[in-house]
Amino acid sequence: MTRMPLNESQPILIVEDSDDDFEAVKRAFKAANLHNPIKHVYSGEEALRYLQSGPSPIPGIILLDLNMPGVDGRKTLEIIKQHEELKHIPVVILTTSGDDRDIEACYRLGANTFIQKPVDFDGLIAAIKRLKEYWFEFALLPKDT
Amino acid sequence: MSPHPRQTQSILIIEDSEDDYEATIRALKKTNFHNPVFWCKSGQEALDFLKHSGAHKDKTNPMPGLILLDLNMPGLDGRKTLQQIKENATLKKIPVIVLTTSNDERDIEACYRIGANTYVQKPVSFDGLIEAIKRLKEYWFEIALLPKENGNG
Repeated sequence: MTRMPLNESQPILIVEDSDDDFEAVKRAFKAANLHNPIKHVYSGEEALRYLQSGPSPIPGIILLDLNMPGVDGRKTLEIIKQHEELKHIPVVILTTSGDDRDIEACYRLGANTFIQKPVDFDGLIAAIKRLKEYWFEFALLPKDT
Repeated sequence: MSPHPRQTQSILIIEDSEDDYEATIRALKKTNFHNPVFWCKSGQEALDFLKHSGAHKDKTNPMPGLILLDLNMPGLDGRKTLQQIKENATLKKIPVIVLTTSNDERDIEACYRIGANTYVQKPVSFDGLIEAIKRLKEYWFEIALLPKENGNG
């Protein structure tokens, strides 16, 4: 049976506390011709509540900011990647930090990729486009069971 | 997009086919990749390379920034190799891209659960393989940030 890369119906979960940053990512998705449903949560706690509620379909990919109040991004990442039902979902860290310690810590916790958020909007569109090409047209993702 | 200035890390290719290794090298050259590339023909050799054990004892090769792992290898199978890398405190941070001919759902999920950073179906054609390697290089060396070779632990 041929497995297609992430298709247009699998939702993307975006964990981002800043409305401005979320709007920018949303616009970048549009500009990159990405039409998947987007689920936006503002915090780590909200993300975990949502994921543990057994959403159907489960997100095909999670974009996770590190700098959030409350349960921070790293803790959220750790919980997802240790959770039997969630650990297989690719998590892309999309954050302003480019600090080597953050990078290393995230990969150690199981982050699938670490991307430093470009500061300019064109840069963000370009990054989102590349993300889309990589995860949606190239990589194979686990099916939503 | 130009490479991030800090992305000087090496790639480790774990691949038993010399033809596929050659194709990978050619693809990397075409994308102007000049960082060091290391090759291990088996899972066991790769683990020795990474842990500086066995045949690679007393060697000082640096930890690679990225690993391309072919699952279809004889001997220590690819999944066990992946597992050993991802369960090792020092090695687990290295992004591992799994390349394999299988597109079986169970294989895909199993690899992600073990900690594969990406699962890629290995193209059957030479040109397809070259294209895949280019995409991997662009993503990991121009978009993503890799862990530093000499990080803590």
